Amino acid sequence: MDTVLLARLQFALTISFHYLFPPLTIGLGVLLAAMEGLHLKTGDALYRRMSEFWARVLGLTFAMGVATGIVMEFEFGTNWAAYSRFVGDVFGSPLAAEAVLAFFLESVFLAVVLFGRDKVGPVLYFLSTVLVAFGAHLSAFWIIVANSWQQTPAGFRIVGEGAAARAEIVDFWAMVFNPSTVDRFTHTIVGAWQSGAFLVVSVSAFYLLMRRHEAFAKASLKFGLALALLASLSQLETGHMSTLGVAKNQPAKFAAIEAHYEKSAPAPLHLIGWVDAKNERVRGLAVPGLASFLLSGDPHRPVTGLRAFPPQDRPPVAAVFLTHHMMVSIGMALIGLSLLGVFFWRRGTLYEQTWLLLLYLPSFLLPQAANQLGWQAAEVGRQPWLVYNLLRTSEGVSKVVPAGHILFSLLLFTLVYAGLFLVYAYLLAAKVLHGPEEARS
Amino acid sequence: MSLDLNAVWFFLVALLLAGYALLDGFDLGVGALHLFAEKDEDRRVLLNAIGPVWDGNEVWLLTAGGAVFAAFPPVYATVFSGFYLALMLLLVALIARAVAIEFRSKQPMPLWRSFWDRAFAAGSILAAVLLGVAFGNLVRGVPVGADGEFAGAFFGLLHPYPLLMGFFALALFALHGALYLTLKTEGALLEKARGWARKAFDLFAAVFIAMMACTLFFIPRIGRALGEHPLLLLAPLAAILAVANLRRELCRGRDFQAFLSSCALILALAAFFAGGMFPALVYSLPEAQNSLSAYNASSSQKTLAIMLVIAGLGMPLVIAYKAFVYWVFRGKVTLGPASY
Repeated sequence: MDTVLLARLQFALTISFHYLFPPLTIGLGVLLAAMEGLHLKTGDALYRRMSEFWARVLGLTFAMGVATGIVMEFEFGTNWAAYSRFVGDVFGSPLAAEAVLAFFLESVFLAVVLFGRDKVGPVLYFLSTVLVAFGAHLSAFWIIVANSWQQTPAGFRIVGEGAAARAEIVDFWAMVFNPSTVDRFTHTIVGAWQSGAFLVVSVSAFYLLMRRHEAFAKASLKFGLALALLASLSQLETGHMSTLGVAKNQPAKFAAIEAHYEKSAPAPLHLIGWVDAKNERVRGLAVPGLASFLLSGDPHRPVTGLRAFPPQDRPPVAAVFLTHHMMVSIGMALIGLSLLGVFFWRRGTLYEQTWLLLLYLPSFLLPQAANQLGWQAAEVGRQPWLVYNLLRTSEGVSKVVPAGHILFSLLLFTLVYAGLFLVYAYLLAAKVLHGPEEARS
Repeated sequence: MSLDLNAVWFFLVALLLAGYALLDGFDLGVGALHLFAEKDEDRRVLLNAIGPVWDGNEVWLLTAGGAVFAAFPPVYATVFSGFYLALMLLLVALIARAVAIEFRSKQPMPLWRSFWDRAFAAGSILAAVLLGVAFGNLVRGVPVGADGEFAGAFFGLLHPYPLLMGFFALALFALHGALYLTLKTEGALLEKARGWARKAFDLFAAVFIAMMACTLFFIPRIGRALGEHPLLLLAPLAAILAVANLRRELCRGRDFQAFLSSCALILALAAFFAGGMFPALVYSLPEAQNSLSAYNASSSQKTLAIMLVIAGLGMPLVIAYKAFVYWVFRGKVTLGPASY
């Protein structure tokens, strides 16, 4: 088998699996800080029970994120050595900054949150929850900086020629705030909030349906729903801004997202569709000119299509179109679900809406799916480039690692991760079934 | 030697790795000793002794990796792709260690607990040995082609010297971990930990002598470095003094002083190897002209300077948080509802 394909498969497997956990840590971190803040302010023991329960879930999830995260830092060098040589001068510094500025902070204060409630005062304990959430966001920021630089490189120059060519920083802040950093950071973070919020919503709905831990579940549901609504509505804006950025900075990716083939024509928006890549067309339901309208306010404005790019420079259209459209559909569903919840909350009848609680039961899967699909659209849409317009994916792979070794490690990770996934799911389910500790008098 | 940015980053990377060995070293050592504790409660004490700190300690390895990537990209690329299979096994070992700590306490079934106990011990032992073998290869040198790529094969990495270094790392960390445990345990378990420390010391002392002798006799460039910079001799001397003092404190039952001696020992060894290897990061054997050094394999001066600012802002904060967390969790372990 081809080493490039195997290396890509392994990266896709390890990053997708890793990315099940950090969004939950980020989202739950925000909710935990809010719960602990209210506990500090009101002294209500219910908030403390909530924060204790969700801190356990956060701890379990964080451990999974740590265990699978170290793989990612190694993999640039093990599987993408040529890429590492090319980008190290630029890409290495945000990665090192992530470790120095965020990982230490997160690990230290998470230890206080998990084990130190009786060892520090209430204010310091609350501050620790805030710092855990802050560290998680900071870590996301630096990793998004690194990834965004691959999408929209800035603040660098190329030195050397041919195989010895490499990128060098000329302007650090232009590299950090490259054209896509801010849009992609906000979009990613808000997606992470949705993950955390809907997990809380799902578990709370489960308790309400089972008529267990009702006071706990009602309060948790409100926390979850408040963040879910805020995040889901914000996603309209952050998603829109990200798309505008893609259309401007990565036109081939944008054309793939909408499967817009014509070289320069007004672009429709497909509400639902299927790409026929062979005949370069889409079957489905489209609103003519809507994509042009969303980009520029003018439905007749021409948009650069895939045929403007030579075939070897086009991303795989069907996969990008499909993943992006599925992500957007899920996003819309999440807005609907959170609006319904807040509507009945305002009317005071939320806890009696059994049908809605039943809908909430599996809702934690939706943001997870949307996060995965969104990243697939972003990363597959960047193809065939590893660093946009600078380095092709096929040029970035390690030359000294034989295909057999990658196949071995790919199988190893598949086995280990399948096992870890089952254990994590089992322990999470056991934690939920066990429920929060009962109120102490 | 002049202190330029390249040299600064060479020694900062060495410092990060020394910090890793100093801190996660005892976590790995506790893991290696874990199965010698037989009672469930004792094993829980062991896990909780490192529970609040092991993850932050592992971050030193991540930071060292990130620093090498940023400051010396060709080194990161050559070593990580060249040591591919060994590093994949290291990753699996570190994953096993991490999840075992978290998973073990979550269910009471004996079979469940003994499975994760074994995963914890095996992961820790394997990680210690692999890190030692990888380090031993860097000390001895590995084949590097004219293109800067690793030119050897997996089995070439299993030369006796790196294998000895792997065994040395395990013995050192087991000793360091046992000494750490003497600070965190009480009663019968404390006596047990002291017993482990004494046994680990005997084993360690033998391997230490063998490793130092082999390094001086079979690694010519270390000998040359000592000849050129006689001050460097202070480092192995300090290491020997630390070992002698460690034994003395161990006999007197002064746990904290013994642990401090093993910390000093690790720092002295780090200084010895860093000084002896400078400026080569990947020494090429047999074609020394292909070596990757702090000068021919670094990032641009601008990046090294930016990174120094990040480290200068970040590391004092890191030291402050670390001091804070060790202070909060100081003293003997007591098992509570939040414990593993």
